[in-house]
Amino acid sequence: MNNLQLDQQGRLKHFLGIEGLTRSLLIEILNTAASFLSIDAKAVKKVPILRGKTIVNLFFEPSTRTRTTFELAAKRLSADVLNFNIDTSSTSKGETLIDMLHNLEAMHCDMFVVRHNAAGAAHFMAQHITPPIRIINAGDGEHEHPTQAMLDMYTIRQYKEDFTPLRVAIVGDILHSRVARSDIHALTTLGASEVRVVGPKTLIPTDIEQLGVKVFNSLKTGLRDIDVVIMLRLQRERMQSALLPSAHEYFQYYGLTEEVLRVTHPEAIVMHPGPINRGVEIASTVADGKRAVILQQVSNGIGVRMAIMAMILGVMPEGTH
Amino acid sequence: MATLSILNGRVIDPASHLDSVTDVHIADGKILAIGTSPPDFSAALEIDANNKIVCPGLVDLSVRLREPGALHKGTILSETRAAAASGITTVCCPPDTNPVIDTPAVAELLQHRAIETGMAKVFPLAALTRGLKGEHLAEMGILKEAGCIAVSNVLPIVNTQVLRHALEYAATCEMTVFLHAVDPWLGCHGCAHEGAMSTRLGLSGIPETAETIEVARDLLLIEMTGVRAHFCRLSTARAVSLIKEAQAKGLPVTADVSTHHLFLTDMDIKNYDSQCHVSPPLRAEHDKVGLREGLLQGNINALCSDHQPHEADAKLCPFAMTASGISALDSLLPLTLRFAEEMQIDLITALGYVTYQPAQILGIEAGTLAIGNFADVCIFDPNSLWTLSPNNMHSIGHNSPFLGWDFKGKVSYTLINGKMVFGMVPK
Repeated sequence: MNNLQLDQQGRLKHFLGIEGLTRSLLIEILNTAASFLSIDAKAVKKVPILRGKTIVNLFFEPSTRTRTTFELAAKRLSADVLNFNIDTSSTSKGETLIDMLHNLEAMHCDMFVVRHNAAGAAHFMAQHITPPIRIINAGDGEHEHPTQAMLDMYTIRQYKEDFTPLRVAIVGDILHSRVARSDIHALTTLGASEVRVVGPKTLIPTDIEQLGVKVFNSLKTGLRDIDVVIMLRLQRERMQSALLPSAHEYFQYYGLTEEVLRVTHPEAIVMHPGPINRGVEIASTVADGKRAVILQQVSNGIGVRMAIMAMILGVMPEGTH
Repeated sequence: MATLSILNGRVIDPASHLDSVTDVHIADGKILAIGTSPPDFSAALEIDANNKIVCPGLVDLSVRLREPGALHKGTILSETRAAAASGITTVCCPPDTNPVIDTPAVAELLQHRAIETGMAKVFPLAALTRGLKGEHLAEMGILKEAGCIAVSNVLPIVNTQVLRHALEYAATCEMTVFLHAVDPWLGCHGCAHEGAMSTRLGLSGIPETAETIEVARDLLLIEMTGVRAHFCRLSTARAVSLIKEAQAKGLPVTADVSTHHLFLTDMDIKNYDSQCHVSPPLRAEHDKVGLREGLLQGNINALCSDHQPHEADAKLCPFAMTASGISALDSLLPLTLRFAEEMQIDLITALGYVTYQPAQILGIEAGTLAIGNFADVCIFDPNSLWTLSPNNMHSIGHNSPFLGWDFKGKVSYTLINGKMVFGMVPK
């Protein structure tokens, strides 16, 4: 995957997944994002870095938050933005993904931001796209969601500064989570001292240990002395496919409450990629409490996505080198 | 009388343990003699097989011809021709054509077309249940009379009662049942071996137990019904152990493995290589080792191509959305030879996996150079080096993970019923 998203100088060509990226590249993304986020604080929110560029949001899965922050990020870089929300049922009626790709290519865009329900979809598109069109993965099936991981890392660094002493727990539906996989790669690459995944056995994928994490089936044990808690959204479908008995029981054993939080490090922060299910994976008192940095994640998402877009299209803001 | 002599070749016949440099004489489509020709014999055609290996034509237990039903992927003509060019003279066609081989009409159509083309011989497998739906028994007796050589359901039969009756009825018809051991639920949405690789790539996994549970269930029913059964395309080392135990108990059970499961593992999927999307999936390294040992120890009895040609578009999507299967006729012999070299086994043994042993499973007089048998012969140059590429593949389907592999051993001539169907006729 390395070769596909990097050019010969090791710079970002596409952004498909965290796996295979170096620590220094991840740090560069975070530093670049920092320079954009200071722009964010000023009254003028726009910079002309991507003026004349066209960015297409290609969403084969419904999304509000991710698509909106990508759109905002692109607009703040002065790019033109097109949004395509594609119902996968209509693509299955004939037009193949590759046909659609070639059609969009003909519109002379510079970058596609892709979300698709099949793992490897962004990778597939990057393989078949005509250069110099760039691809950003906005979530591919249960594989990766690398911009989410970068905004998570940005948020962690905002509160914790250094990654190396950190113990981080990712809690919930690890099996179906692309956020979990990207976060795991990012955290292990950035040198976090311990990465744990916590959940019932039905939601922990086989051999996940080989990604460099420790598995815990008990929330209280898994959160002990933790510095960062990343909660994952639990989809209602999981109850239907016999992975869990009920949302009620899930909250009983894996829901993050004030009480459970007591076992963590006293200054632990609580994160969530959103949208949150109150009373399913997280108690409202925690979601709205002082440990939660969930809305900060959303704000950071814009700057992080600006950074990645700018780096990929090869234009950098001043003072980030 | 049409006569032909193959001279000075290294003749290898696994069935009779023959391996020596000698001549093969053919008359009226049959093997007349090996060694000295009969006194009154004169060959109308002579093939110089010096430095070449002369062996029985290969017998392939699973070849999707794609006809009827998917002519854009392959036809009886294109794929039996590709088989012939690969030294394969007999192929078994699974019943999951469209329409399914559950009526004599479809079975006969396949055979007639194959005879018309005059390339590899085609033996259809009949459906075990009507439409492969696992509900009602197919007309096995009539299908047998129509030339079906065995029965298979390809897809899992969910209802154990139906499976029991199907096995009993197949036993009544004295037909071997070809079983594909896949649990209908475990990993039913999966597209890759459940393990570190599927977890890393976010692909839905198919656990080892999807195969072993089904093998265990089927073995108990085989014991109960007394049917002769053959397990198709084992993919796990543990399934091999289960088969081994059953064979030790004396159950009439055989098994085969595909060439790709002997050479590839789930690690080869990395970067979502859709050419490695196969069913059953490529498994772990220890499974590959276990399958190799199973073959060497005789618990797995045959090696097959599991040929599944596809048009290019079928593999041109994100991994899980691609069609599974490999176009594998072209690589069957070279991979068998490569296996022999890697495992340091003699060619009598290795060629036995693709000639005599699969013929034994089918109960047909093929895969041997026995005197009086039809002269289905493969003559290949064991030292010819070549690289598999879309340009030199004979199948219409170019979907192969082995493209770019360097192979040693190339077919020079193929004879079916003593007639040269591949190779340049020598002057």
